This record gives sequence, C-alpha cells and structure tokens, in this order.
Amino acid sequence: MLDAILLTLKLATVTTVVLLLLGIPLAWWLSRSSSWWSEVVATLVALPLVLPPTVLGFYLLILLSPTSVPGQMIESLIGFRLPFTFAGLVVGSVVYSMPFVVQPIRNAFDAMGERPMEVAATLRASPLNAFFSVAIPLASSGILTGTVLGFAHTVGEFGVVLMIGGNIPGETQVLSIAIYDYVETMNWGMAHLLSLMMLVFSFLVILIMNLSEKRLRKRLA
Amino acid sequence: MSLYCRFKGHLGQFELDAEFDLPESGISVLFGPSGCGKTTLLRCLAGLNRLEGQFDINGENWQSDEFFLPVYKRPVGYVFQEASLFPHLSVRANLLFGQKRVKTSQNINGYISFDRLVELLSIGPLLERSVVRLSGGERQRIAIARALLTNPRLLLMDEPLSALDSHNKAEIIHYLERLHRELTIPIIYVTHSHEEVSRLADYVVVMEAGKTVAAGEVNAIFTRLDLPIQHDEVAGSVLNGVVAEADRQWGLVRVAVSGESIWCRDTGLELGDEVRVRVLARDVSVALKPLVDSSILNCLQAQIVEIKDDARNSIALVRLEISDSGGMQYIVARLSRKSISQLDLQIGQNVWAQIKSVAVM
Repeated sequence: MLDAILLTLKLATVTTVVLLLLGIPLAWWLSRSSSWWSEVVATLVALPLVLPPTVLGFYLLILLSPTSVPGQMIESLIGFRLPFTFAGLVVGSVVYSMPFVVQPIRNAFDAMGERPMEVAATLRASPLNAFFSVAIPLASSGILTGTVLGFAHTVGEFGVVLMIGGNIPGETQVLSIAIYDYVETMNWGMAHLLSLMMLVFSFLVILIMNLSEKRLRKRLA
Repeated sequence: MSLYCRFKGHLGQFELDAEFDLPESGISVLFGPSGCGKTTLLRCLAGLNRLEGQFDINGENWQSDEFFLPVYKRPVGYVFQEASLFPHLSVRANLLFGQKRVKTSQNINGYISFDRLVELLSIGPLLERSVVRLSGGERQRIAIARALLTNPRLLLMDEPLSALDSHNKAEIIHYLERLHRELTIPIIYVTHSHEEVSRLADYVVVMEAGKTVAAGEVNAIFTRLDLPIQHDEVAGSVLNGVVAEADRQWGLVRVAVSGESIWCRDTGLELGDEVRVRVLARDVSVALKPLVDSSILNCLQAQIVEIKDDARNSIALVRLEISDSGGMQYIVARLSRKSISQLDLQIGQNVWAQIKSVAVM
C-alpha cells in the first residue's frame, strides 16, 4: 500500500513539474497568438477533457509501442521502451492532465491584457525579462490553480494509467489501480481505507486552492 | 528642430499619415478629436506600434526603412492613460522597475535623481504603500515618476488626465507645470482638451482623421482660421503675457500682452510672473470706437489681418493682431456675418477688440 502511495505522489510531482515547464509557455503562446492554428492546438490540448481516458491510453500505447515508428524512434533515442514503465506513465499523465494546467494559466494571461507587458517594455524590460518579472507574477493565481489541478488530477487518474502502465507494483501500480485491485480481490477493508484517503485528500486540495486563490486575487485586485 | 518623424500605414481599418518636426525641449501637444490617431502616433514614436516610417531624435535614428529600435531599447518614458502600475509590486518597487534596468550616469543631460523626483511630485509619503491604496491622482504621479526614473530622452504622455476626476486633474496639471519648468527633455503630450493644450503646450501638432494638418507655436496655431479646431464651441486664443500691475482693491491684475493690457482675476499672481491667458473666440467682439459706459473691462487696439467668411453659415471668424516692438500675437473673434457687413470690416483696418471674459491658465 505504501508503495502505491509513494509512487502516486512521485508520479504526480514529476508530472506537475513537466506540465508547468511545458504548460506555461504553451499557455502564453495560446494567449498571445492570433493565428488560426493556435486554436487547433488549443483544441488538441483540451481533448482529454472529453475523451474517455481509455481512448487516450489506447492511442498512446499504440504510438509508444515498439512496433510503431514514433515508438521505435523514442526507444532508440532514450534507450528504453516507454509502455509499462514509470516514464511512460509520466508521458501519459502529462497529456491527460495538460488541459487542467494550460486552461487556467491561459485565462490568467488573457485577463492580464497587453498593457502590463507594454508598460514593462517602456521601462526597458526585454520581452523575456518582462515575461518573468511581470507576466508570471500577474498570472500567479492561474498558475497556482493549474499546479494544484494538474497534481490532483494526476493523483486521481485511472484509465490512462491502466492502458499504458498496467499494474506493476512499485513501477506502475498507482493508488487508483491499487484500489481497483483490492476490490477485484474482495479486500474491502483496504479498498475502503485508500478510497477514504483519496476523498479527504481531494477535498483538502480543492479547499486550500480556493482559499489561497482568493487571497492572491485580493492582493492583485 | 531636433525631432523628426514620418509614419504612414494601416493599423486595422485605421490609416495614419503623419509627418512633423518638433523642438528639442518643452511640451509639444498632439491635438485633435477622439479617434484621429493621436494615440496611435504616440505609440509609433514609442515603438509600441510599428508602421512604416522614419523617426530621428537628436541626430539618433530610432526607425527607418531598414531599421527599427525595439521599445525596450528606446530611451523613452511613456505615461499611459491609466496609470497601469504593477499591482504585484509596492509603490517603491514600481518606481525602481525601470530605473534598475537602465545604466544611468548622473552626468547625462537632464539627469534627475530619485530624491529630486520624489520631492517634485510629492510622493515621499506614498513610497511604502500598496498600489491598490492610492487615489487616481496619486497613481498617475507614481506612473510619471516611474517613467522619468529611467532618465528618458523623450517623455510621451497619452491623455494622462482623461481617467481622472476634476480634482485629481487640477492636481496633476499643477505637477506637470512643475515638471515643465524642471525638465530639459522634450515632452510629447496627447490630448483632445482645449483647456489642457492652452495650459501646457508650447508647440502644437494638430491632427485630423489620421493626418497631421498643422504644427506650430500655440498662439499661431489656435488663431489659424482654416483649421477645424475653430468649429469648437470652446475654441480660443492663447496669449502670453507678464503680470505688470496688481489692483488689490478689486482683486485684479493687469497682464501686459504685446503692448496691450488685459485685466484678469487675481489668482495669487506676483508682479513679473509670466502667465498665459486664454480668450475664447465667442467672447470677443469688435467695435470701431473705444467703448464708454460699458461693463467690459478689456478693450484692446487691434488690427484685422484675416476674415474667414463662410457663406453657408451666419458666423464669420476674424483674426486680430496686437503688436508692439516685442512681437505680435493674435486673437480670434467669432462674429456674425451681418455685423461684419454692417461695420464694413476690412483687412488692415484698426479696430477695438472687446473681450468679455479672460481666463488665466
């Protein structure tokens, strides 16, 4: 059980870090770009919101499998096979949780408008400098929301993990899968315990997020 | 003339076609009705908008056909319509945002220190406050100081008073006049307010539907009869004068204007103060003889230099010249065409200009 909890936390942490590194620049580009194909990208990013996780997991499995061309390329590049490994789980989770990170951050960048960046430019801040010293701090409430949602959503995922990672204890068996396993083997006590922990965790996460977002907004209002 | 610019091109539906020279110091006002492209032009000067053109300042090129200096490399200060302070930073951090990003040497021309600016704009007590706890006028003062702390070679101001109530407007105008005396860099100021332009402008560029239609000294521009600004109800002439005499009994001062005298309400002026008076065209009437038994205090000798008569209209505009050895200034009178015909007013004729109301700016 402890293995599953630790693995879940590790997966959620790594996924969230990767998501912020990819999601913040992506959200900025989506917010500032006026080209039509940025909306195509935005739609692709949002797809996991409506797609059954098993569909997503299925395609990822096929894409990353050693019989596919991209799968072979990745395997020769990084030296190992992604499906049924922790790294594979991270890839799946990043895709699956992407909209929960990108959307709130993009909204925050949209709400900011052009003006703060123009002011920063007239005060001699280069675009990159202004991005870090003005855009990021002004979007902090959106970034916080994205971080928490991305983390929590990764903790709660099931379908994608099952498809791409399977059920290998210590390697790909995360909490939700462990619970499924306990139910399958009629171990109701453990299933109850883990489910309750998930419930309390989710409640606390969303409560803390709401409270701190309120405070941040007040400060910047 | 040490500032030259020319911009031509489209921004969305809007077409801009502007070209002018400006003096190297003082306040130059881009003046025109809302939507005529003043702000777009100002943004082009800052590099916030990019249109084809040329921009040189003090022999340095900021834009040409093959070159464009990006905004953050231009030594400009820009004051936006709304103060646009950064809400995530304190007042002090807002002020230092630009300053710490420039390599400043105290030896450069026009250098103003942090302490001097804080004193000039009276922002000392605000430094440790949060920006969300400032009044509109305070915010705009911080924004002006923030722009000036980068030691710009050009200060651009986009209707900095338009978002303020009348009390805060008066406060900022007062500080702008202070800065005007202190700063050696040119200021380009955008407004559509006759009041602001008569009070602050040394030099005016008039814009109309995306084009620059006239440029010159404020008195010369506001007394040109061919410009659309004359259609404005509050169009008027701006005259420069010196306080020559105070009449404490009646609370009046005599302002000497090109050899003539204009009596104005005493607003606490000192003898020798250089002042500006504004005379609305609708408040000026013309007589062939000096007035007797009239309540009108101000009656100046003037010569008619131009009459603009619009046959479709009952109104005509008359430009009057007052002059002495020190130079000449003009006033515009708005008269009915009937009066012009009955008095048989002609160019070159000497007349008496009666002024019903004068405002000291």
